[in-house]
Amino acid sequence: MSGLDPVLVFGDVAEGDLMPSLHHDVTATTVVLGALATRDWRPMHHDKDFAVERNGTRDIFLNTPNQAAWFERYITDWTGPHGRMGRVTFRMRDSVFPGDTMVFDGVVSEVTLDDTGCGWVGLDITLSVDGDTKSTCAARVAVPVDDDDNPWHRGADRWKP
Amino acid sequence: MSTVIEDLRALVGVPQYEETGEFPVERSYIWSMCAAVENGNLLFWDDAVAEELTDGPVAPPTMISVWFRPHHWAPGRTEEHLPLKVHFDLKEQLGLPEAVMTDNTIVFSDPVRPGDVLTTRQILRSVSDEKTTKLGTGRFWVIDVEYTNQSGATVGVESYTGFGYRRGSGDAKASAS
Repeated sequence: MSGLDPVLVFGDVAEGDLMPSLHHDVTATTVVLGALATRDWRPMHHDKDFAVERNGTRDIFLNTPNQAAWFERYITDWTGPHGRMGRVTFRMRDSVFPGDTMVFDGVVSEVTLDDTGCGWVGLDITLSVDGDTKSTCAARVAVPVDDDDNPWHRGADRWKP
Repeated sequence: MSTVIEDLRALVGVPQYEETGEFPVERSYIWSMCAAVENGNLLFWDDAVAEELTDGPVAPPTMISVWFRPHHWAPGRTEEHLPLKVHFDLKEQLGLPEAVMTDNTIVFSDPVRPGDVLTTRQILRSVSDEKTTKLGTGRFWVIDVEYTNQSGATVGVESYTGFGYRRGSGDAKASAS
């Protein structure tokens, strides 16, 4: 039925599996591009003087919706385009600044099939810099149960995120 | 103060500040977002893949709040347009000058598509009794933001846990959790 095979199917995943790490060197451009793409005009995400003098931080820093987009990219790099996000919970502990190297790591926390036959994978993901956790993300993402399944085609009655 | 908290708790579960987005969901923002985080998901870059998997283009789910952030400037606007107004109402009415968001959960429902015009409403879910954390003394609250599209279908619900507080009244041994 499908011309595009899933990158990852439900049977490929087991609790405790590790996601491949993602490293990214953060620059001022990383921060500003993400702030503008998320329509966050607050000056601490583009004006270093404001961030230092008013926020007391050492530089401008990543805004929360930009971090959310980084987490989503990390998850769908792993699942491929068939992966459909159901739920995410973020906890921001500390800021990420230009000059930092972000490291994303993730582990499969849960693998479940719901009563509609949807295959769900729970993920615990950390964003760290120099070994210090800056943010965490608990995610629940649907992946195809086989090559013919597509979580995106589930209507509201068969989608229980 | 007891009257203030009683008045606020009477608003628990009551939808407030229903607003419609200032512009329709658009692909250029989707591409800008994907470029900013180097997201190569073909769903957002290859129309044939989008047609096959999602019956046409969709937006990255985590962009849900983007479609509702106000323009930095708009003609005739005289007041700053604050998102999550219920949060600022709570700070003001409880006399809590500082606040942090401790948790943010988003549940995604129907996909958001280019051309959609989203409507949101804010619903206060709870306000705690007064608590002391290492930040100070204040209250925790939970606010949901519900997003629907022009057909009335729910596309997502964001849930924020905030802690509003006064500095300097905290106990360093207490935890913000």
